[in-house]
Amino acid sequence: MAATARQKVGWSVANIVTIVLVLIPLVWIISLSFKTTASITDPSYFPVDWTWSNYSGILTTSTFLRPLLNSIGIGLIATAIAVVLASMAAYAVARLQFPGKAVLIGVSLLIAMFPAIALATPLFNIERILGLFNTWPGLIIPYVATGLPLGIYTLSAFFREIPWELEKAAKVDGATPFQAFVRVIAPLAAPGMVTTAILVFLFCWNEFLLAITLTATTAARTAPAALSFFTGNSQFAVPTGSISAAAVVITIPIIIFVLFFQRRIVAGLTSGAVKG
Amino acid sequence: MTTVTPPVTAQEPAAGRRHGRARLSEGARAERRLGWLLCAPAVIVMIAVTAYPIGYAIYISLQRYILSAPQLTKFVGFSNYGAILSSGFWWHALLVTVIITVVSVAIEFVLGMGLALLMYRTIWGKGGIRTTILIPYGIVTVAAAFSWLYAWTPSTGYLSALFNNSAPLTSQPKAIAIIILAEVWKTTAFMALLLMAGLSLVPEDLLKAAKVDGATAWQRFTKVILPLMKPAILVALLFRTLDAFRIFDNIFILTQGNNGTGSVSILNYDNLFTGLNFGLGSAMSVLILICVAIIAILFIKGFGTAAPGTSLQR
Repeated sequence: MAATARQKVGWSVANIVTIVLVLIPLVWIISLSFKTTASITDPSYFPVDWTWSNYSGILTTSTFLRPLLNSIGIGLIATAIAVVLASMAAYAVARLQFPGKAVLIGVSLLIAMFPAIALATPLFNIERILGLFNTWPGLIIPYVATGLPLGIYTLSAFFREIPWELEKAAKVDGATPFQAFVRVIAPLAAPGMVTTAILVFLFCWNEFLLAITLTATTAARTAPAALSFFTGNSQFAVPTGSISAAAVVITIPIIIFVLFFQRRIVAGLTSGAVKG
Repeated sequence: MTTVTPPVTAQEPAAGRRHGRARLSEGARAERRLGWLLCAPAVIVMIAVTAYPIGYAIYISLQRYILSAPQLTKFVGFSNYGAILSSGFWWHALLVTVIITVVSVAIEFVLGMGLALLMYRTIWGKGGIRTTILIPYGIVTVAAAFSWLYAWTPSTGYLSALFNNSAPLTSQPKAIAIIILAEVWKTTAFMALLLMAGLSLVPEDLLKAAKVDGATAWQRFTKVILPLMKPAILVALLFRTLDAFRIFDNIFILTQGNNGTGSVSILNYDNLFTGLNFGLGSAMSVLILICVAIIAILFIKGFGTAAPGTSLQR
């Protein structure tokens, strides 16, 4: 059916309205981060006086830099471990026959649906007793456990789509098992693993409740948690500008990251939901 | 010597009933072992971090255990649960949570469906829309919450200025509306993605046939698209409802739960970390877990949602 001019205009308007609505809060926090302390009380949407001092302030203080480092380190380590463990389990689910597969998937989904506070409560005491409180492993281990369901679910959906017969075909053509794996299977599995890693990392980066309950100082506190306890550069200034700058710093790289990998993320989020 | 055969046949029926073949071959057994071995690390981590703490929480919930006075710990049976269930605070928080959950999921569903249709059928800018949609998903919840907080703060925020500089975050109904707005903004995109996957399963030919038969766009939507999308819709609703019930981040930043805006998770957090009453906090956590389980059962048994994973059988 040919697209009439009226249809085109209709869709364009809908598109533009959607995009604007999505961007409004994002642009607001960015503009806040550029406002001078004096003009914070001026409710204009765009800054009247521009300043970089909010950024220079937070980027030179360890109360922000250390949590940023924590977020990056904890996120990367938890993601790496979770993806490796999930790959093994997903490979088994997709390729091997053994009883208990549905139970595994069902239980892991159950875990994904747990209210975080129900876990945080006992974990708080357990970690205190074990000496894991306020440490990197103290957050990494729960993140791996709660990221695994997402990883297993996504990866098993991806792995099921791989034509495993290609491996046999390669062997028939004379490849060793190792060559078959590296040349044929790995490239097919890689996109799924990358997507899963992205989704799990996003989850860890964004996590808030466990981060504020299982940490007490900047030793292990991640960026979102630190943000909520931020008091700014001086005791008396309302830290709106600093918090906005900090919020932008932890958000913008991730958004660029997400937009760059947009196709993969959409594929990953939708792969298991319906096809399975 | 032919005496070996009878013992083997006596064993066979048992194995045969279980697996439908005479005996598991060596290869099949090795495959099972490998399967369990590969799953073991993941399973161990998940169980260790969830099953054990939940068991521990249930155990603690039956005791009076206040972290600042650990010497007074003693077994009190269900009195923690009694205290919670007879307290106005719990039911109030539950009501607030249910309201926020129902309203935000309903709005997200309608908007998400609209977005899904837009992304699926738009003639122009498909890539642009899909990309922009992911921004709320990619933004850290806490950062977005701060954006809303400052937007509604009188004399700082553009939205507050639009509404006469009142302080809507201090008034219960307005604050709840703002929380719902923040939730909807953040997760509508996710709902739209889930729905879009379901939308792609509706066969084009059916829609064309309906059009030829004279169905209007609305009729095509309600009589062809919606029924065919039902499984996907139910899965999306299940995920979002469970997620919404656990709401914490947005409320913590926007109001800290003040002025009667606290959800059950916020209430639990307050009890635990300001009251340091571990027994009570654990009991509340168990109650929240039970609520989540009820919601899941309601969806799966009541609405017939296909529990995801049951169709992953090979």
